[in-house]
Amino acid sequence: MDIKAYIALALTLFTIGVIGVLVRRNAIIIFMCVELMLNAVNLLLVGFSKMHAISPAAKALPTYASDAQIFVFFIMVVAAAEVSVGLAIIVMMYRNTHSVDVNFLNRLKN
Amino acid sequence: MSITTLAFILLSVMAIGSAVMMIISKSPVHSVLWLIVVFFAISGHYVLLNAQFLAIVNIIVYAGAIMVLFLFVVMLMNLNAETEPIKNYRLQLIGIVSGGSLLLVLLSALMRAGQQQLVEMKVGDAGLINVLGKTLFTNYVLPFEISSVLFLSAMIGAVVIGKKD
Amino acid sequence: MTNIFKLIWLIPILPLIGFMLNGLGRKAFSKGVSGFIGTGVVLASFVISLFVFLDVKNGNAHTVHYFDFLHLTAYKIGFDFKIDQLSSLFLLIITGVGFLIHLYSTAYMHEEDSKDFAKYFSYLNLFVFSMLLLVMGGNFVIMFIGWEGVGLCSYLLIGYWFKNNDYTNAAKKAFIMNRIGDLGFLLAVFWLLAKLGTVSYDEVFSAASLAKLSATDITGITLLLFVGATGKSAQIPLYTWLPDAMAGPTPVSALIHAATMVTAGIYMIARSNVLFSMAEHTQTIITIVGLATALFAASIAIKQNDIKKVLAYSTVSQLGFMFIALGTGNYVAAVFHVLTHAFFKALMFLGSGSVIHAMGGEQDIRRMGGLHKHMKITSITFFIGCLAIAGIPGLSGFFSKDEILAGAYGHSKLIYSLTLFAALLTAFYMFRLYIITFTGKFRGTTVQEHHLHESPWAMTVPLIILAILSVIGGYVGVPESLGGHHELAAFLGPVVKSAQHHLNHNTEYILMALSTGLVLLSILFAWTRFKNYKVEAESTGFGRILQNKWYVDEIYNAVILNPLKGLSNFFSNVIEKKGIDGVVNGAGKAVNYGSRQLRWLQSGQVGAYILLMVIGILCLFIVQLFFNN
Repeated sequence: MDIKAYIALALTLFTIGVIGVLVRRNAIIIFMCVELMLNAVNLLLVGFSKMHAISPAAKALPTYASDAQIFVFFIMVVAAAEVSVGLAIIVMMYRNTHSVDVNFLNRLKN
Repeated sequence: MSITTLAFILLSVMAIGSAVMMIISKSPVHSVLWLIVVFFAISGHYVLLNAQFLAIVNIIVYAGAIMVLFLFVVMLMNLNAETEPIKNYRLQLIGIVSGGSLLLVLLSALMRAGQQQLVEMKVGDAGLINVLGKTLFTNYVLPFEISSVLFLSAMIGAVVIGKKD
Repeated sequence: MTNIFKLIWLIPILPLIGFMLNGLGRKAFSKGVSGFIGTGVVLASFVISLFVFLDVKNGNAHTVHYFDFLHLTAYKIGFDFKIDQLSSLFLLIITGVGFLIHLYSTAYMHEEDSKDFAKYFSYLNLFVFSMLLLVMGGNFVIMFIGWEGVGLCSYLLIGYWFKNNDYTNAAKKAFIMNRIGDLGFLLAVFWLLAKLGTVSYDEVFSAASLAKLSATDITGITLLLFVGATGKSAQIPLYTWLPDAMAGPTPVSALIHAATMVTAGIYMIARSNVLFSMAEHTQTIITIVGLATALFAASIAIKQNDIKKVLAYSTVSQLGFMFIALGTGNYVAAVFHVLTHAFFKALMFLGSGSVIHAMGGEQDIRRMGGLHKHMKITSITFFIGCLAIAGIPGLSGFFSKDEILAGAYGHSKLIYSLTLFAALLTAFYMFRLYIITFTGKFRGTTVQEHHLHESPWAMTVPLIILAILSVIGGYVGVPESLGGHHELAAFLGPVVKSAQHHLNHNTEYILMALSTGLVLLSILFAWTRFKNYKVEAESTGFGRILQNKWYVDEIYNAVILNPLKGLSNFFSNVIEKKGIDGVVNGAGKAVNYGSRQLRWLQSGQVGAYILLMVIGILCLFIVQLFFNN
């Protein structure tokens, strides 16, 4: 496969995530869209990793192609941590406003 | 058309379609389920790329742990289609238009990019567990340990935030 | 260079010091001290000028360079003093007459507060300084400094009694009229700079420079210089300020508006005579303007009843004579007339000041009469002045006026006859003034009659000296036909070309006899007409027009002032209010409106911020990817 196909796919998924963030007002859906964007990036990283696996440099250095996948692994770690904190915040918010509508969170205005 | 290409197209359509369904579903529960489908499709892509470790981890961590957590929260709050906030159609339109333009711009930039670069499919040991494990516990052992601290602090943070004052 | 030339910088510096002392110490000095300072510095200048003059007479003419006044890449304008025959003569007139007038002022202004008294003397000293700078300057730029300085001092002194609104207006009028002329002068200087790159007299008037100038250049430059001269020397159409300038104290009128400042234009043209001789059209225009001014002002003077106004119009008329002389290329005659006119006009102004002083501020000659009995010295000296200005043989005015007339005759018979007519008018109105003022019965109030007295010595001594000078001043220029050698022409020879027209002696005799006879007739006519003067009813017909000065001020008001005011009103009410204010307020309103609209962007909603962020990213991508070639 051409790397462009993966880039296009990742871009599409990422943009869908962006659109989701823009059009939805439900905090949980927005959060999920962020996860979607992270996954799009993960996919891209893996694609690039495998692209480099067939380059001559990979023969000399065994871990040449693996670094990107380690990176994906760390992104997942961070995402997991982020989700745990983020969901706690959403629960907190729901407890205070009895809604998950982000438009109620306009304290920044004043 | 080779079986690999066919699988790629199938998985891509599945991922994109599910992602779209996720953001247009009215019920949050449906959204969560559609997102799980996206994750499965992405894991399929990982398998196609012979990144076995990540494929498994993606399913276990994302589709398993994280999405279950989402589902729990949604159920906890008793969210459904009726409690969905009222939409502002004008803002939605603006969001879709600007997001679509972003996609178009990036894709057109991609079209103008240089020559073809192939990706290694189905073979290669870059994504195998033993290679990754070696790398992780030699070159990346320090970040690995620090990430455990991150988890710890995230755990404490979640407890502190979620505590009823 | 002889020793005295090392001191010439003292000539202008001394009055400047006097100005500073009197100006800064005006609150501390008593009248005696400030009068002494003011008069003393001018006397000192006069003494140095006298030595300089004698030295120049022996043939020492120099240009002294002090420092570079302006040093640009293309031009270098030095702060130079040029002392030659012409300027040394003017130095004598300025400091000499100036000194007498200062002396006179110490008595005349004695009723002022000591503060105002010092202020008055500081202005007078500043004026003398500026005038000296004007005359001594070695190039047109230094002359321009002095030129502006005298304009400023004229403004200050006319508006000396600034609490009176009319006087202030007269001062403003003088200043503005002068500015119009100054613009012409300045343009001429720029023109010279652009064409020659120098403004120094020595270089501009050299043959090499003159060769560089085309006929158009010379005509243009001389015309512009002449515009400057009409402003300073009160010629048509810029003369109306001079009669109004009588608002100042009388000695000021004598100093500025008779003896010195108004001759600046004459000096400038005489100084540039090389240029003017090459510009035939300009000379024609100068002659016409001079002639018109001489006749016009003389006709107005006939009907004026204010003693100073008569003298003012007389001055304008006499300046017209000088311009006729300049226009006919008779530069020596013009300078000669400047010299004699300085004597007798200063004399008459000071005499009128003496009269006004005695009458307690009254200036209307209809309320005077029979003053001869009460103030003999003033009356006699004034009479001598009248004889001199009328051109009675033997007095100074005769020689200078005769020379102008002879020059005009050589040029054209028409110009001669019109000039002669103006001379007759001069004799007529001067004797009308004298007869009404000094003979007959007193027509004022009894209080005034009781108050009548001869003026103190500080006023009469200058009168006597000036009277003597008015008599003998002409003998420096006795024409050859009368057995003289015309020493003035010989003296000025190196600087100023004398008249080209040499009449034979018989013609000159006939001309002299003709003018003398007609002048005597004119005086006789004035005597019979005003011997038994009674206050007349309002004049009618032509007399009324003359009395109202040909309605020139009204015409200027209607033609220039009112349209200008209308335009200003238009600008102030329409362009300013609607246009400029509109733009300014519009800018404010636009910003206000824009910010009120932009405020909605700060909604506080995270979604909106993200939307903006996405749009921003979009823009950056577009710029980066598609416009980055």
